[in-house]
Amino acid sequence: MTHTYLKGLACLGVALSLVGAAAAPVLASGGGDAIEPQHWSFGGIRGHFDRPQLQRGFQVYKEVCSTCHGIKRLSFRNLSEKGGPEFPEEGAKGLAETYKVNDGPNDQGKMFKRPGRLSDRIPSPFDNEQQARSANNGALPPDLSLIALARKVEAEHPFYALPYFMAKDIVTGYQEGGSDYLHALLTSYRDAPPAYKMDHGHMVAMTEADAKANPSLPRCASITSEAGADDVCNKMAEGMQYNVAYPGHQIAMPPPLRDGVVKYADGTPGTLENYSRDVTAFLAWAADPKLEERKRLGLMSMLYLLVVAGLLYGAKRRIWSKIPH
Amino acid sequence: MSDHEPSYHPSNPFSKWMDSRLPIMRMMHGQFVDFPTPRNLNYMWTFGGILTFMLVVQIVSGLVLSMHYQPSDAEAFNSVELIRRDVNYGWLLRNIHAVGASMFFFAVYLHMARGIYYGSYKAPREILWILGVIIFLLMMAAGFLGYALVWGQMSFWGVTVITNLFSALPLVGTGITKWLWGGYAVSGVTLNRFFSLHFLLPFVIFGVVILHIWALHVVGQNNPTGLDIKTKSDSVPMLPFAIMKDAFALAMFALVYAWFVFFVPNYLGDADNFIEANPLSTPPHIVPEWYFLPFYAILRSIPSKLGGVLMMFGSIALLAFLPWLDTSNVRSTKYRPIFKWFLWAFFFSVVALGYLGGKPAEGSYVMWSRVFTLYYFAFFLIIMPVVGLLETPRKLPSSIMDAVLGGGGGPTAANAATAAAEKR
Repeated sequence: MTHTYLKGLACLGVALSLVGAAAAPVLASGGGDAIEPQHWSFGGIRGHFDRPQLQRGFQVYKEVCSTCHGIKRLSFRNLSEKGGPEFPEEGAKGLAETYKVNDGPNDQGKMFKRPGRLSDRIPSPFDNEQQARSANNGALPPDLSLIALARKVEAEHPFYALPYFMAKDIVTGYQEGGSDYLHALLTSYRDAPPAYKMDHGHMVAMTEADAKANPSLPRCASITSEAGADDVCNKMAEGMQYNVAYPGHQIAMPPPLRDGVVKYADGTPGTLENYSRDVTAFLAWAADPKLEERKRLGLMSMLYLLVVAGLLYGAKRRIWSKIPH
Repeated sequence: MSDHEPSYHPSNPFSKWMDSRLPIMRMMHGQFVDFPTPRNLNYMWTFGGILTFMLVVQIVSGLVLSMHYQPSDAEAFNSVELIRRDVNYGWLLRNIHAVGASMFFFAVYLHMARGIYYGSYKAPREILWILGVIIFLLMMAAGFLGYALVWGQMSFWGVTVITNLFSALPLVGTGITKWLWGGYAVSGVTLNRFFSLHFLLPFVIFGVVILHIWALHVVGQNNPTGLDIKTKSDSVPMLPFAIMKDAFALAMFALVYAWFVFFVPNYLGDADNFIEANPLSTPPHIVPEWYFLPFYAILRSIPSKLGGVLMMFGSIALLAFLPWLDTSNVRSTKYRPIFKWFLWAFFFSVVALGYLGGKPAEGSYVMWSRVFTLYYFAFFLIIMPVVGLLETPRKLPSSIMDAVLGGGGGPTAANAATAAAEKR
């Protein structure tokens, strides 16, 4: 009986890997907008954060992102806690004191400002949504506390290959879709594609030279084509940026990072690629500050359960050994 | 079964004293130690124990979570984050409870599939089966209410879509919907009552589970042959045989469960639920949790709203009528050469509907949803009754023991095996 099950399982495994192998080329060639999975130190079942990377990431957040984006679910104390950037406590305390925090009412019933403490939440750049929108051309910069978990990469797999990719993600412990997306977003600002011209109802790309010669033609963020109708150019709106990774390709946020914009103290080259990776790692930690503890406890739990299951299996075999079943 | 010989002999003065006042130990001994279980049960029969374990896990983890959770519009999402970040092992409790809901449904679907494959709903197990359908409905309600409590975008919009379904009912529809909401839209008022009900339902489920187990212990377990236990040699005592097998299966299940809890806790959830509920911004694709997807696909495959709602609830209600829809006089699909193919096609349809339920309702997805919905209903309403009447089942073994020994064994072989069992 057991052997039939094992054989069945083995066949299933082989079949699944074949499906996966057959489907892989389909994916590689599917669309230029694909977001590539990155290697993250915190990915996979034994993942852990790279301390200096988190510290650099916080620097990028503080010097660049925090102009518009809050990170309200983090307190200053979190920056020196285990499993995070682990700044020395004095450093986190000193940092907190550079912020002015609202407090009160005092004995006279007045609200007042005081220097921040370790227990304070990191103050957001804007007091409320309206203030944020009015300062950002109507757009609302989202709070970044959970952004790394609140975004995902939509993978398009053919239905027959889905079981393979689901199993692969589960077995390898892939949970970094949000980080992959953020890294892609930060590094995918481009010039909008050259204007398109109509040819028998279809939009045809112009060369950059032709586009420069006809500056009055709109640049399209994307083309909508439906059977039986002329293609429609979704024009770039005023004040929007073209970004390959962003859904719809029009984003209100101007390119936040470029080479040399932040000076790293530890000698890491100040490149867009590095800034993007570092700040993404920092945001991944901010969204899941117990990640290291979780994975560590996970390995111990799996080990424990494996031993228990093994002992129970042995006992069960022994008890049933003389019973035909 | 309840009529087997009791072998409980209280040995110490306390248990004797207790036995003559409240014979609870005698009952437990009869039901969970001596209880005869068919010797040929396979691992598909271990999900009853696993589900009981899951219910306890959900109640205990949920109780502790409720000590930190705040069911209000303003604080619900914040309190969940506080649990994840600041409560000692709060992240673990939250993962155990959230992943636990998925594991609960995973186990219940396998449990139901086993019941259907081996004809466990057929006489005399109709009440047992119907109690199971009631538990399934209660679980769906509990799962839906619990998902709302996170108060993320998908929680909020999921609640909006599902509660709006009731407005499709003629005359009373809008009234019921407003009554459910406690207002004119989904709000903190709705969240608060959902929290109350989410706390209540597991205890209701617990009560029905006791009835389910009671009914099981009156009629006894079905088994892969679908034959009744005829002689003592067909069965083994629950302890240690069935219990040990259950324990091993539970450990294997716990391995999978723990994998999700520790390594991929958010795999089964939706990224949008890490964005706080916002009534002013609708997510592009509103999808329920994976365990509702087949029924969501049925709902969306029907062009009329009321029709879709009726078909969706009908697809679950139909399960309760299985004992009378199946006309075959053989329980186990193992011995039904024609029905077997239709049944596997049915299982495939349910999985396919689950896949389609997660896709946008457009183009060929809608067409295929309709095809599989049609098969879902045709399977129960046409194939089951008709195939049962037309099909000639394969020859059944004369007894469970006979089947275990490969069909060739007569009474002698059975006796030899029993002797071997007793020599142990």
